[in-house]
Amino acid sequence: MANYNYIAWIPLLPLAGFVLLGLFGRRRFRGFSGILGTGLILAAALLSLYAAWQYFGAGAGAAGVTAGGSAYKPILAMKFTWLSFSPGLSIDMSVLLDPISVMMIVVVSLVSLMVHIFSLGYMKGEERFGTYYAFLSLFSFSMLGLVLSGNIFQLFIFWELVGCSSFLLIGYYYDRPSAVAASKKAFIVTRFADLGFLIGILILSFYGETLDFGTLIHRLTTPSPQFLSITSASFLGFSLLSWGLTLVFIGGAGKSAMFPLHVWLPDAMEGPTPVSALIHAATMVVAGVYLVARLFPVFSLSDPPALGVVAYVGAFSALIAAIMACTQTDIKRVLAYSTMSQIGYMMFALGVSKYGGEGGLGYMASMFHLFTHAGFKALLFLCAGVIIHRVHSNEMNAMGGLRRQLPLTHICCLIACLAISGIPPFSGFFSKEEILLAAWQSNKLIYGVGLFTSGLTAYYMFRLYFSIFWRGPHGVRQAAGDPGAGDAHGSTPVSMNLPLVVLALGALLAGLIPFSHFVTSDGEPIDTHTPLSFSIAPVALALAGIGLAAWLYGTMSDRPRRLASAIGGLYRLVYHTFYIDEIYAFITKKILFNLVGRPAAWIDRNIVDGLMNGLASFTAWISALIKGMQSGKMQDYALYFFTGIAGLAVLFIYIWKN
Amino acid sequence: MNLSLFIIIPLVTAVAVMCCRGLRQARWISLAGSLGQLLLSFVLLFRFGQERAAGNSSRMLFEYRHSWFAAWHIDYHIGVDGISVAMILLTAVIVLAGVLVSWNKGPWSKEFFSLLLILALGAYGFFLSLDLFTMFFFLELSVIPKYLLIGIWGSGRKEYSAMKLALMLMSGSALVFIGLLGLYYGSGHSFDILQLAQVPISAGVQRTFFPCLFIGFGIFTALFPLHTWVPDGHSSAPTAASMFLAGISMKLGAYGCLRVATYLMPDAAREYAPIIIVLATIAIVYGAFATMMQKDLKYINAYSSVSHCGFILLGIGMLTRAAINGAVLQMISHGLMTALFFASIGMIYDRAHTRMVDRLGGLLKVMPFISTIFVIAGLCSLGLPGLSSFVAEITVFIGSWQHPGTMYRLATILACASIVITAVYILRASAQTVMGPVKDPQFSVLTDAAWYERLASILLVAGIVVIGVAPFWLNDLLKPGIDAFMVHAGQTGLLK
Repeated sequence: MANYNYIAWIPLLPLAGFVLLGLFGRRRFRGFSGILGTGLILAAALLSLYAAWQYFGAGAGAAGVTAGGSAYKPILAMKFTWLSFSPGLSIDMSVLLDPISVMMIVVVSLVSLMVHIFSLGYMKGEERFGTYYAFLSLFSFSMLGLVLSGNIFQLFIFWELVGCSSFLLIGYYYDRPSAVAASKKAFIVTRFADLGFLIGILILSFYGETLDFGTLIHRLTTPSPQFLSITSASFLGFSLLSWGLTLVFIGGAGKSAMFPLHVWLPDAMEGPTPVSALIHAATMVVAGVYLVARLFPVFSLSDPPALGVVAYVGAFSALIAAIMACTQTDIKRVLAYSTMSQIGYMMFALGVSKYGGEGGLGYMASMFHLFTHAGFKALLFLCAGVIIHRVHSNEMNAMGGLRRQLPLTHICCLIACLAISGIPPFSGFFSKEEILLAAWQSNKLIYGVGLFTSGLTAYYMFRLYFSIFWRGPHGVRQAAGDPGAGDAHGSTPVSMNLPLVVLALGALLAGLIPFSHFVTSDGEPIDTHTPLSFSIAPVALALAGIGLAAWLYGTMSDRPRRLASAIGGLYRLVYHTFYIDEIYAFITKKILFNLVGRPAAWIDRNIVDGLMNGLASFTAWISALIKGMQSGKMQDYALYFFTGIAGLAVLFIYIWKN
Repeated sequence: MNLSLFIIIPLVTAVAVMCCRGLRQARWISLAGSLGQLLLSFVLLFRFGQERAAGNSSRMLFEYRHSWFAAWHIDYHIGVDGISVAMILLTAVIVLAGVLVSWNKGPWSKEFFSLLLILALGAYGFFLSLDLFTMFFFLELSVIPKYLLIGIWGSGRKEYSAMKLALMLMSGSALVFIGLLGLYYGSGHSFDILQLAQVPISAGVQRTFFPCLFIGFGIFTALFPLHTWVPDGHSSAPTAASMFLAGISMKLGAYGCLRVATYLMPDAAREYAPIIIVLATIAIVYGAFATMMQKDLKYINAYSSVSHCGFILLGIGMLTRAAINGAVLQMISHGLMTALFFASIGMIYDRAHTRMVDRLGGLLKVMPFISTIFVIAGLCSLGLPGLSSFVAEITVFIGSWQHPGTMYRLATILACASIVITAVYILRASAQTVMGPVKDPQFSVLTDAAWYERLASILLVAGIVVIGVAPFWLNDLLKPGIDAFMVHAGQTGLLK
């Protein structure tokens, strides 16, 4: 048994960074706060790589494989009780190593490292530079803690913490009202989803009688007493297990921006671009996928209806997000919708998968896509960061012809676009093929959606690519005509170029990793072989999408405008993203505020408190009424006295007579 | 350990403050006194831990009894278990922070500080008492100074608020007193909590006097619909008094509900539990919605206190071990959090001379420290992990969920849903107040917190973070007390 005690340092190093920079980042550590944060995450990344090497190692000698078997087993590297509720029910702080958590710590720490390095150049000169790195460190800590959680409530704790760091970073430019509104929206929408997660945990833990993932999964996948009690209890026709899992999935859907809880993600692009790359593209938004994968045995073995929900929500989100991406003109919003669409792929891949063996292809493909997507989507966002840094605008219409000014960014962006479009031999091709194959094997409708969406993906990504780097000299002139910008950012610093190159290499080569030998639903390595004939349809569709984009946006023309006006109403509907935001605004403003909040406040002031005040006035009125009795006049008192005597006399006579 | 020190030190300090001259002397003496109290409470914590570690498992430690009024069996009887130790620590922290934020309080600083210290004395005595009459005496002692603090040093409609608060709390105490007499005559003439716990109290007595005690103490804890003193009282009170009021006073009631009403009359508690739960749930949800519409920062925090104290009553009403544990955690957590909130609001008000959210804005730029404190208090209020409220709230949630039955489940779900509404109002308030562009050009000359304000904030934040990050030590401290509570409840046929 290898020693895994050092794993705890992987999240703790960024935490140390947060504490140090949070306390001293404003003044004392200001100068080298970037270096400090980057150094700590570098150490964490190296430790993660070492952990992966130790866990997966080489074949049968690997630490993750127990003697005599070939499967990777979960290892609980650390555990202590953090808060205990009753015997058996406690929140433990633990470190769980299994194929997906090891894969995730590598992804999170590497992307985070790239973003830390990139920000050294991108955020240079910011007033709150130290605070920025403090928040980045807080995020890295929380995300690493999340993926290593071995207890469902521990995961929830880190889940909330990533939400908070995302909130802080979206609102980093706190004096911009739009950024403040976006951060608020992201927090509240995900909080709403977390309510589902919390109640889901309450249900699962009450019947499972544990919060520990391993025990919980074991009890809910075997015919244990706990399993029988949760499946025999039902509410509105569904077993409580279905309810619990679906509610947990709602939490995941909120974090992963699945329809209809996706509304916060496009707005979240108000944050600094490196933050979008890290949080809103590569790591935090896939937490929902990770959560479903973590509980996958329960979903798959015990509760097909909940898994069906995962599949259909994923597929629908993939499609609708791709459609919305086609009409957006802000490059970061295009990328945001694209992220949502790709996460939809990961979700439905899980949804169509089975547990164990070859049937677990979808699970493996989902994790593989998560892995490759983290690389190329982070790359796309960092490219967008370089472009925005240069052009000082997010609008694609303000750009064009940038390929000569930013040759390196151009190449990197092209690689990333090819990867996301699923063109061989780039990384996205491999993972997407496997997802489509898994869908084909189990659900033809979802396969059709996935196939069509992959064509759309290629179209909108190359629409972005051609608008930025080709399409006439429009942007060149604008950039050149802005002398201040040209001088200040004449060349992109190394700190910004280096991450681009590293991630581009990843997008080129990551597809060649034999992923199915490492990460599978049951830990048992499988061999995947996608038939060549199967790849023809998606690749052809992707090429068609690229061709269409090139025809529309390759050169300056009014073709896009003519096309848009030809389908006027539909275009406007999509351009306004189906008015989902407006529907939400109606529900919150009109219903929650005006119909619930306002009456509650009014009732409290006027009825409940009015009653109290009324009671006081009543008392005062009574006392005013009777205070005249003590008038101090002798005659009055004599009158009361004799009236009293007379009354008593009558009373006594009455009693005596009876 | 001599527990009477907790009563002597504030008394001596208060007298010394009255005898000194001017603000400078008054504040330094108060600081020394409250620092002494804090140190003493740490000593208590340490000694308590030592005793428990040494295997002393008696119900109460450091007991002291002295006959006070023998004919009525009234004793000065004090002693502590883990719950009271935690409450005493809370009181000491809040009093010290309160003295620090009132550093420049005038006019009549001497009177102000000594009244504050007398409030502290009342709270310490209340948490220490094991005799119901002594307890009642200290409860009263902590009501009357509030009337003066609000009426003299308050703001806004201070006379109205002071009167309202005093009248409502006094009627609460009157109900408590009726309940005490009921217990006294119903149990064979005793005011002693430990003795009362030994004798069976007849169902009739329980049924009649439990509501008196629970409602009486409940008024202090903002039991719906008797919570209306909270918004007015808090918003008119000076900062330190608000901190004390929300941080400790509301906990006096909660502690009484738990230690006296529910502990001594568990059968009645079970019988009335559905009503308590319904009222607590209304307070939680309705309080949260009412908060959403408030525009004055102090009203926001006052209404949110109604909502948050609902969790305490919900936990007590649920009567499962984890729920009671959560209720006690919430008492401490809410005390610290709300004190921090009021402290930061007070600092903002002292500088900007307004508390209306629509007139504030962009404070993070001009006073980063105060704004950060404000945001931390807000994040604690909305239950962010790593801060104390999260620990308390999830313990209540998990405990409440243990209670099967559709109504209980529904109440739990509604209580859980309030965390979303909390997020809405907290984020709205902080977005409008500290974020955004600087609204008023006059704000740009405002200064950030002074050393005493920083010290007060750091003290409270430290408490919140320590509980939030390492709740296990507090849980271990509370465990025997809550276990004993549950055992007693079980013996009288309350819970399986």
